[in-house]
Amino acid sequence: MNPASLIESIQNRFPDAVSSFHTYRGDVTVILRRESLLEIARFLKEDPALAMNYLMDLTAVDYSAFGKRPAPAFFASSGVTVRPSPQIPDEEPWPGPPSDARFAVVYHFYSTAHKHRLRLVIPVDEAAAEVDSLTSLWPGANWLEREAWDMFGIGFRGHPDLKRILMYQEFEGHPLRKDYPVKKRQPLIGPTN
Amino acid sequence: MSPPANETHQAVADVETRDMLLNVGPAHPAMHGIIRILAKLDGERIQDAEVEIGYLHRGFEKMAETVDYNGVMPYTDRLNYVSPLINNMGYCMAVEKLLGITVPERCQYVRVILSEISRICDHLTCVGASAMELGSFTVFLYMIKAREFLWELVEKVTGARMTVSYCRVGGVKADLPDDFAAPCKKAFAETRTVLAESDGLLTRNRIFVDRMSGTGVISAADAISYGITGPFLRGTGADYDVRKDCPYAVYDRLPFDVPVGTRGDNMDRYLVRMEEMEQSMRIVEAALRQIPPGPVQVHPETGRPIPAAEMVDLAKVGNIAAFRDDSAVTCPTLEGSGRASHPAIATDEKRVFLPPKEDTYGNIEGLMQQFKLVMFGHGVRPPKGEVYFPVEGANGELGFYVVSDGSGSPYRVRVRPPCFAIMSALSKLLTGDMIADMIPTFGSVNMIGGELDR
Repeated sequence: MNPASLIESIQNRFPDAVSSFHTYRGDVTVILRRESLLEIARFLKEDPALAMNYLMDLTAVDYSAFGKRPAPAFFASSGVTVRPSPQIPDEEPWPGPPSDARFAVVYHFYSTAHKHRLRLVIPVDEAAAEVDSLTSLWPGANWLEREAWDMFGIGFRGHPDLKRILMYQEFEGHPLRKDYPVKKRQPLIGPTN
Repeated sequence: MSPPANETHQAVADVETRDMLLNVGPAHPAMHGIIRILAKLDGERIQDAEVEIGYLHRGFEKMAETVDYNGVMPYTDRLNYVSPLINNMGYCMAVEKLLGITVPERCQYVRVILSEISRICDHLTCVGASAMELGSFTVFLYMIKAREFLWELVEKVTGARMTVSYCRVGGVKADLPDDFAAPCKKAFAETRTVLAESDGLLTRNRIFVDRMSGTGVISAADAISYGITGPFLRGTGADYDVRKDCPYAVYDRLPFDVPVGTRGDNMDRYLVRMEEMEQSMRIVEAALRQIPPGPVQVHPETGRPIPAAEMVDLAKVGNIAAFRDDSAVTCPTLEGSGRASHPAIATDEKRVFLPPKEDTYGNIEGLMQQFKLVMFGHGVRPPKGEVYFPVEGANGELGFYVVSDGSGSPYRVRVRPPCFAIMSALSKLLTGDMIADMIPTFGSVNMIGGELDR
């Protein structure tokens, strides 16, 4: 399915749930309100025209520092547009972070039958950083969601066993958040900070 | 393996029994890599298994946010350290997609050739190590010998054996050495001999087959629901391969088959990996036939290779004319890094790729280009955006999700590690099998701590 009809089929089915969409460099992205995630994920998986049988990846992005990082080069034009290649689509510019919310939970789906990919993005605020768990549809979501919890502190409603996966249980904070210092040490034994 | 239906078990049925908890790992001789499996046992049968990972977490994704785009390259080497060139390529292609550039054709062939050589190394290590754990030490030594021949090829091209950092955003570090096909042919002949020997030692070996067949079984539907890709998926009969289904670089021009199994057990995965090595060699051979010819030396009469340091000294005193036609020798292993090979291996986008050393030392444009890329706060600056780019890693789909905020370092780099999905299914794979089956099943996962824990 081409990007336009992929977006169209989701939007026709769930007009209220889709807050925006775009195609950037050939990647189809649909930005959703979080209430309808489970319903849409089930539709993506079960609808024969979409047949997204793979949940390839699940991660999150902390957009709190977006555009605020120092760019010390005063004469380097940031955001340089390079000469586009004919093989990589370059029609639409990227519209920017999905919303003002701090986090975005990012899902990558793939269909082996139709060979198309889709990215779902759900913006979540820090105060209510929780989305529905997809473990009931894809058991592989279990560990991916645990990792998103571990690294970003995003909760997943309905997850069977939401606990840290890469860090140890005693670890404090969520290391991939932008406000977690890169050099901070939290050793279980040995000298502390 | 099914348990013997024995009568003694019946007779003692009323004796109080308790499940036993067995802790395998984090450091265990049969665990190549550091993970912990907490197995609940009923006799020798695994009732439940809890898999604990994270012992090799080094914060790859956090570190990638602190360095520039090319600075991530050494970190990607250390993701899957058995086939680092595939990680290099995956990351580079993701950033190139973000930039909207493609690399020259010859460079794509070079990347494909090295990826496939790495894939063979990875499979050799996986099959060899799992065979060793089942008592077949000879096969391990044979396969490591073959890997050595392949690593010599890698060393010839990249100058390093494991942590190669060979790719660059927009190209590769250096061109293939002259007449690369000859050593390649020799190494493949050796590898094929080793594969035939190992095949003779293993494929119909009673001990090996008994322990591999019917253990660690997973169906195609289950494998897909866990997000499993790569040889592990293809052992179940599903034929998803990123190289065939979403072709990147020049894979659509190269002939190769995707081997699949039927039963989804350890034996099928072994057979798939053995066949994939042969297919990878086929790809490399075809690529070496198809690859566009390498550079022609500029001014073969007057040009001579001189050490880069000498060139710098000449440039400092302003004597640029003295080395106008010469090529700089930066490193004895990187023959193809000079001005002549540059157009073949790197994009012509000056804002992305470093100029050849001859230009850096020899003219002001080259010097400026060099500084605009290496000075603090400069370097590669993709436009704001987000992309996901998958390549076929040795264990399955290796995806890089890169978000850019327009500054000199990535805003977020996410790796989709292929063995993470397989490891999340490990508990399911082990449950119901005997404790001895844990070893071949875990071996066939080919867990690589570097990419699993990042």
